[in-house]
Amino acid sequence: MSAVVAEHDDHHDHHDHGPEKGILRWIITTNHKDIGTMYLVFALVMFFVGGTMALIIRSELFEPGLQFVDPNFFNSMTTMHALVMVFGAVMPAFVGLANWMIPMMIGAPDMALPRMNNMSFWMLVAGVLLIASTLFMEGGAPASGWTLYPPLVLQTGKALPFAIFAVHLLGVSSIMGAINVIATIFNMRAPGMTLMKMPLFVWTWLITAFLLIAIMPVFAGAVTMLLTDRFFGTSFFDAAGGGDPVLYQHIFWFFGHPEVYVMILPTFGVASTIIPVFARKPLFGYSSMVYATAAIAFLSFIVWAHHMFTVGLPIAGELYFMYATMLIAIPTGVKVFNWTATMWKGSMTFETPMLFSIAFVVLFTMGGFTGLMMSVAPVDFQYHDTYFIVAHFHYTLVPASVFILMAAGYYWLPKWTGNMYNEKIGRLHFWLSAVSVNILFFPQHFLGLAGMPRRIPDYAIQFADWNMVSSIGAFIYGFSQLLFVYIVIDTIRGGTGEKVSDEVWEDASKHSLEWTVPSPAPYHTFSTPPERIPTEHF
Amino acid sequence: MSEELQRKNTKLVKKLIIVALLMFGFGYALVPIYNVLCDITGQNKKIEASAEGEKAFVVDQNREVTVEFVTSINESTPLDFRAETRSLKVHPGQYYTVNFFAKNNLAGPIKAQAIPSITPGLAEEFFKKVQCFCFELQTFEGHEEKTMPVRFVVNPELPERYKTITLSYTFFDRTNNTEN
Repeated sequence: MSAVVAEHDDHHDHHDHGPEKGILRWIITTNHKDIGTMYLVFALVMFFVGGTMALIIRSELFEPGLQFVDPNFFNSMTTMHALVMVFGAVMPAFVGLANWMIPMMIGAPDMALPRMNNMSFWMLVAGVLLIASTLFMEGGAPASGWTLYPPLVLQTGKALPFAIFAVHLLGVSSIMGAINVIATIFNMRAPGMTLMKMPLFVWTWLITAFLLIAIMPVFAGAVTMLLTDRFFGTSFFDAAGGGDPVLYQHIFWFFGHPEVYVMILPTFGVASTIIPVFARKPLFGYSSMVYATAAIAFLSFIVWAHHMFTVGLPIAGELYFMYATMLIAIPTGVKVFNWTATMWKGSMTFETPMLFSIAFVVLFTMGGFTGLMMSVAPVDFQYHDTYFIVAHFHYTLVPASVFILMAAGYYWLPKWTGNMYNEKIGRLHFWLSAVSVNILFFPQHFLGLAGMPRRIPDYAIQFADWNMVSSIGAFIYGFSQLLFVYIVIDTIRGGTGEKVSDEVWEDASKHSLEWTVPSPAPYHTFSTPPERIPTEHF
Repeated sequence: MSEELQRKNTKLVKKLIIVALLMFGFGYALVPIYNVLCDITGQNKKIEASAEGEKAFVVDQNREVTVEFVTSINESTPLDFRAETRSLKVHPGQYYTVNFFAKNNLAGPIKAQAIPSITPGLAEEFFKKVQCFCFELQTFEGHEEKTMPVRFVVNPELPERYKTITLSYTFFDRTNNTEN
């Protein structure tokens, strides 16, 4: 427990006492672990809020015809499900992991800007509550899809300015979080922790943070243009005043494409952290992983119009965006190759985090391949706005980002709580998730290829069977996630009762610094820098 | 936290905030960039400011192109709006005039702007309007009915693969919004 003793020597900093007592601990905290916990708990709650919306959608689509909700509310559900999952669940979950793990992985005592850290969390809560409040407003919540395309979105009722202001708040919150991550990684690394010795989770977050700073302001600008078009007489997207709705799509996807990589790059980072530990081998191709991440981030800025192949781009534009998009498959392929090569001839064991990670590698690759199919402009005309695209991006988000978030939960819970989770229920959670997620999303490929459009509450009779299968999968998947909640609560309360070691997983401390501090991680870690930098991961 | 570290952090944060602000500006800069690119690629011509002079072409009597006329109103525009004819077979190079009719359904005056759109988009540069009610904001008195001519020509250089061109107009209510 030398780390704890060392803290009390450093009396310059009042943070060195333990946490505040009571509720105030959580409201005014500047401790990276407290803030990380709040982000993670908030994200988990939002995961269930967004999931409930998904189940409303799947209930309505269980059979053809209108059963439970009216079409406008259905459209609100598709919109809010996406906004809540993207901005309320997946992004905050990764920010939570960043808060908890980045300082511990680079041997820093805390994030570089602890007070801004607290502020960005509470702005996130305000933003999400604001956007949730639009559900109860006259005219309903936005029902235009998460892309908020004009002119449709301008027909939103009273909710429009609230939704736009919520986007501003979420944007400022993400930008502050990103600035904090960059400042932490650039200025707070322990001596000896050079950039090319950082764990890949830290690397992917560094690149993600730069993406966020570059794109969130553009999105803020786009929604501000919507706001002035509706209320202040400008004509950015209003054809009657000389504007053009297609312009919005360009601005949106300039933000939107890097945005989807904001959700997947940290996923890659966690996978690259977990797989070597359970394969008991160093990560294969560490530096190529770093360069591939940077290449994907760069390419994400120059491929946006592949979301808009059908708007009437010039042929040169179609070709350029087609080939540029195909290029992304190369660095992504490098990554999948490296994960596979890391497992090759490794002494693998299949604890829950590893199971989720392996499923991620397989299922994300499938999502990647459907993406490659849609990058081909002429065939995209068939897939555009059908359930095929829905299947594609859900494969890259649910069995990829969400599975890896679950893997991260299982992987680090023993470090966070000092207790071991219930491995049996963890594996049950994994198998239920892995099977049901495919029952849920795989049939959507067939529906899309057969021509079922997305964002519709009712459909032609020939789509009935696969929709029913998909809905059954959705309910199994949704309810099996409750096992994760049970496991988290159970682990916090003592779990299996087994006392975990500092290292938790065999030889994990050779891979990354967080396994060199006691379990549970003390309130303050690395008040004095670590003496030895682990090198097993590269 | 040491003072030196704090200074380093502040410096970095300032730089990053400037980057964020510049990117906010970049979002707005995309508007003129988009217009310039549309201009260069000949895509997506918006309202033409004025009619071009009537230029004489050699009329191609052997070729016929169907021009279809589509009219629509934006959701809340209180107008009845239709074309004299649904379609016309034209010879490239020859000038034609087609009338459009619009009637104000309200007792009070309204202002409305018609926005043209041509399909297929790549045929747009070969379709020239020399007179059009879409060139300016239209004012309707209460219950006023207007006959509005459009004079156009299809350039004989139109590639052979185009057999049909659709000209569509949408009327937007601009009564409360006239600065453009």
